[in-house]
Amino acid sequence: MRPAIHFASAALALAALWLGAVPAAIAADTPDPVADARAFQKFFTDKFPKVKLEDFVNGPYSMNQDMHRQWQDKEQFPPYDFSLEAGKEMFSKPFKNGKSYADCFPNQGIGIRQNYPYFDEKEGKVVTLELALNRCREANGEAPFSYVKDDMAALTAYMAFTSRGKPFDIKIPNDPRALEAYQNGKRYFYTRRGQLNFSCASCHVQNPGERIRAEVLAPAIGILNAMPIYRSEWGGMGTISRRFTTCNSQIRGVPLDPQADEYRDVEYYLSYVSNGLPISGPGARP
Amino acid sequence: MLEFTVPLAAMLLIAGSASVFAAASEADFKSAYAEAEAANKEAGSLRNQWTTTSAALAAAKKAAESGDFDKAVASSREAEALAKASIFQATSEKEAWKAMEIR
Repeated sequence: MRPAIHFASAALALAALWLGAVPAAIAADTPDPVADARAFQKFFTDKFPKVKLEDFVNGPYSMNQDMHRQWQDKEQFPPYDFSLEAGKEMFSKPFKNGKSYADCFPNQGIGIRQNYPYFDEKEGKVVTLELALNRCREANGEAPFSYVKDDMAALTAYMAFTSRGKPFDIKIPNDPRALEAYQNGKRYFYTRRGQLNFSCASCHVQNPGERIRAEVLAPAIGILNAMPIYRSEWGGMGTISRRFTTCNSQIRGVPLDPQADEYRDVEYYLSYVSNGLPISGPGARP
Repeated sequence: MLEFTVPLAAMLLIAGSASVFAAASEADFKSAYAEAEAANKEAGSLRNQWTTTSAALAAAKKAAESGDFDKAVASSREAEALAKASIFQATSEKEAWKAMEIR
């Protein structure tokens, strides 16, 4: 009888431990985007107490005074101006069927950049601005643009310009698939990959403001607010897709296809945690 | 007994060193390449291929085309080792990413 009692009490103790431990484990893994965004923003403002929250959108220029001065000079004649002009023209030019980009977007596509990416509950996936632009083209009988080349950069440059100063306002609807996409994006952001064993966070969380070879690393917060960017290193404009795929190859990882689910999700995560910070695109970077 | 043992040992030594220094054949390359390719395919299914694996696979193919099967086998083995490292990385990162998260 006594061994049976011991066994029963041990089983009860184990069950109590299990019941106590499981909700804690689940709680640690349950995504809480609001708490994440708060912690994310606090991390950077604590790390860089002299940088105003809205200044993080200026990337490496917010980290280094000399670069900040050079950038202010450069903004007198910004290198993205040609692209911006081209984008404005492309945006207003009707498709062969007479319709235009304006017909595909809310508010005729003006001043809406801060709402992208969004979670499309019909599709059950994240839709980025680049994706929405190509879908608009295809729906109107036009061939899609390359996600990493100048035409897409020009269009998104113009759309970002019409949203300058508007705070990122990314929504996560009450849909478990949206929360899953957010969580997948977060996992992608922190996951080490490539032969160099870097995650996005290795550079943009652990080392913003530090140099990696000749470059000053940008902080992750606000990093997408300035997109698309003219990069002197590229000698041209680059979209968000170009930034993600290039980051992957720089750490010796084979990039995924532009607008792969992982990239759409990481854009969703990174944009969400920068909610409240103003759109500053198009930007210029060294 | 000794008179049999010594020549046998010598023969074995010669046979052993012959196999160590023998030039790799096309069949050796094909087998090593197939193993490397399979490992890289698995890394692809984990969405974590490395550019260096692809480069080593390409180098193996190029060496085989020029008839240098020693180099082709060596590059294939390098590709396989890289692909296996990328699989290990993807597998361990399934949980390890959480350590880096800002909380």
